[in-house]
Amino acid sequence: MTTPRPETLAKLTPVLTKRWLSPDAWRIGTYEKLDGYAALRKALKSHPDDLIQLVKDSGLRGRGGAGFPTGLKWGFIPQGDGKPHYLVVNADEGEPGTCKDLPLMTHDPHSLVEGVIIASYAIRANRAYIYIRGEAVHAARRLRNAVREAQAKGYLGRNILGSGFDLELVVHSGAGAYICGEETALLDSLEGFRGQPRLRPPFPATHGLYASPTVVNNVGTIASVPYIVLGGAAWWKTMGTEKSAGPMIYSLSGRVANPGQFECSLGVTLRELLELAGGMQPGHNLRFWTPGGSSTPLLTAEHLDVPLDFESVAAAGSILGTTATQIFSDQDCPVYATYRWLEFYHHESCGKCTPCREGNYWMVRVYRRILSGQGTHEDLDTLLDTCDNILGRSFCGLGDGATSSVTSSLQYFKQDYLDYIEGRTAPKLSDKQLVGAH
Amino acid sequence: MTVFTEQTRERAREIVSRYPADRSRSALLPLLHLVQAEEGYVSPAGVEFCAEVLGLNKAQVGAVATFYTMYKRKPTGDYLVSVCTNTMCNVLGGQDVYDTLAEHLGVGHDETTADGKITLEHAECLAACDYGPVMTVNYDFFDNVDPRGAVGVVDELRAGGRPMPTRGARLCTLKEMAVQLAGFADEREGAVADGGPGESSLRGLRLAQQHGISAPGFDPNTPIRSKAEADRVAAEAKAKAEAAEKAKADAAAKSAPDAPVKGGDGASAPTGVEPAQPERATGSTTPDVKAPDDKSPQVRTAETRQPDAATAVPDAPGTKVPADSVPPAPRDAQEAEVAGVAANPPASDGKPAGDDAGAQERNLKEAEAGAGGNGADPAVASETGVQK
Repeated sequence: MTTPRPETLAKLTPVLTKRWLSPDAWRIGTYEKLDGYAALRKALKSHPDDLIQLVKDSGLRGRGGAGFPTGLKWGFIPQGDGKPHYLVVNADEGEPGTCKDLPLMTHDPHSLVEGVIIASYAIRANRAYIYIRGEAVHAARRLRNAVREAQAKGYLGRNILGSGFDLELVVHSGAGAYICGEETALLDSLEGFRGQPRLRPPFPATHGLYASPTVVNNVGTIASVPYIVLGGAAWWKTMGTEKSAGPMIYSLSGRVANPGQFECSLGVTLRELLELAGGMQPGHNLRFWTPGGSSTPLLTAEHLDVPLDFESVAAAGSILGTTATQIFSDQDCPVYATYRWLEFYHHESCGKCTPCREGNYWMVRVYRRILSGQGTHEDLDTLLDTCDNILGRSFCGLGDGATSSVTSSLQYFKQDYLDYIEGRTAPKLSDKQLVGAH
Repeated sequence: MTVFTEQTRERAREIVSRYPADRSRSALLPLLHLVQAEEGYVSPAGVEFCAEVLGLNKAQVGAVATFYTMYKRKPTGDYLVSVCTNTMCNVLGGQDVYDTLAEHLGVGHDETTADGKITLEHAECLAACDYGPVMTVNYDFFDNVDPRGAVGVVDELRAGGRPMPTRGARLCTLKEMAVQLAGFADEREGAVADGGPGESSLRGLRLAQQHGISAPGFDPNTPIRSKAEADRVAAEAKAKAEAAEKAKADAAAKSAPDAPVKGGDGASAPTGVEPAQPERATGSTTPDVKAPDDKSPQVRTAETRQPDAATAVPDAPGTKVPADSVPPAPRDAQEAEVAGVAANPPASDGKPAGDDAGAQERNLKEAEAGAGGNGADPAVASETGVQK
């Protein structure tokens, strides 16, 4: 493996990941030695409004995919309204390709707990919930342990560090539904219902959990808060770009020599990330990739130099999403990859909105037909037409995400589809998987 | 029919106590995990138990239980083996792993071996793509598996062994895991400490460490600015920018020497006023008034609602007093009102407008014409409408 060039190495900005190398950082004693809970002490001496302003100044944007300015979201919570406020952390990581929050919660759970306490103090919430994906059992173990340790040390509970601020934090395990990563579905699930999205407005900022003002933030967003409190907004803005400030954990998976998590300043390019990851696997050439999980339109080798920040990726016709770059080579078939993603969306559609429920069901069947060598040219029109009828026509973005890979793969790799339809590529699925496809 | 143990009932009470008193329904998901801990799946008795604890009916509980993948609807084995077959793991070999296991165990998706040891399922993305292909046993990870390795794991499990996951704690049974999912701590000695970080998770960090790289300029003692101070600095910066712009404009107009710069403290709004345009500035109905700054409306609203002494409050659009004219005297407003009243004579009969005697009659006639002719002559109807 060749060493990356110094200018590429300089893109690495270990902030949120920096404690992962200390094997015991999940224990409160070790965490405290590594700046742990220093931010909390500092924050509790400030006025909550000053903390909201600090986060606004830092330019921190949501790490869960949408990139909404965090300080603005906190500022939307009406103060002095006499209602209880809630902070809910979205730890329902499940977007295909995304694998940054689980290691964070497993190896540095206290940084999330500390962020939760500071954020709750800022928005004046006395109850907070971490809604963690059910399957993430080891992360939940460490997180529950961290909450218990923090309670024992007086960082949680009544009158935290003598400040008069009370906070109860509950780690709530989900039960295996991707849709609960959507914030309003998550709230419904947390209230004990089927996880189905709500119509917005009203937004969670005014009518969230138990119809009260609620902030829902991703794990990475909340875990960033202690660092901003310590290092300041100006320091945070030294990383990233003007509109996409700070470091971001990029997750590389697939046909790369060394897949894994790389925390870089926002705006790093895939070419640089590949250099850090030791390049493509021998014998593989980059063919297509997702910039931020399967719900973001595919990009190709011509997009190697697109800065991976919110604005530049949008300008290239995709979405930064969760910065989960899944990398596929010339030995992978974009039609098959899209088919497998659609199976996912079909399985995970909650069934509330007809376009998403039915559209994904039928698109899966069209894909099976194409992949078994029985597709027609009309099928491609059917796919695009179905996407038109899903996109923007459902309560939440799950259906929109499903169409991303379909339309983008048809845009860049139409020939691959035609090769199946016109018999130049051998069928990838057998007839027995075709039941119900017609 | 299962009678749930006192321990389970005690745990159920503890779960309910985690949520606000009038929001006990929030306890439903953990309670469903809890009944699985006793029975290995959500049975009709389990549904009834949850319904009883929360004061719901069985249909309400059933609707939730059937929505989530992790609530099993038939008895499961001691070990749930989930193989990721979503796109990334799939192309890296996950499908082969799954197919091999299915053939080796003689079961399909969501089916249990005859000895009651293993339930097999294919999963949709387990959030460990950098370790693909992955499989989990009772949700703890076995990374980078191949068909042979996977068969080795299930064989060991069936022989009574407990292979150690790649990351995560030593294995327990699925029922024991369900207790943890219900929100109870893993009480096994050392289980929380099991499982160090995998190499993939540390990849970027190791590279940074090897080359001595850290995020530069981090000073944990950076003070937190108060909001008032932040606002003051922002206002100063804005005033400065506006002054600079003004100076530039003046230079362009070649009238620099006698530029009438007002508001000497630099922070008040008049400094930045555009060259006087009296007819626009005084008219309240001027269309397309430019916003005073490029902030989002929410931010601006919030800021103007909570101004403090240092905040530069921009004038509302259309209310600016021309910089070089005399402000109107209070009397002017009274005169304007009197003039307005004089220009609008009151209705002669004192009745509300439109309530003249013929109106009802006309309406009835119109309705009749519409109903009788089935809309046959819309022209007539619209004509009367126009006349009215």
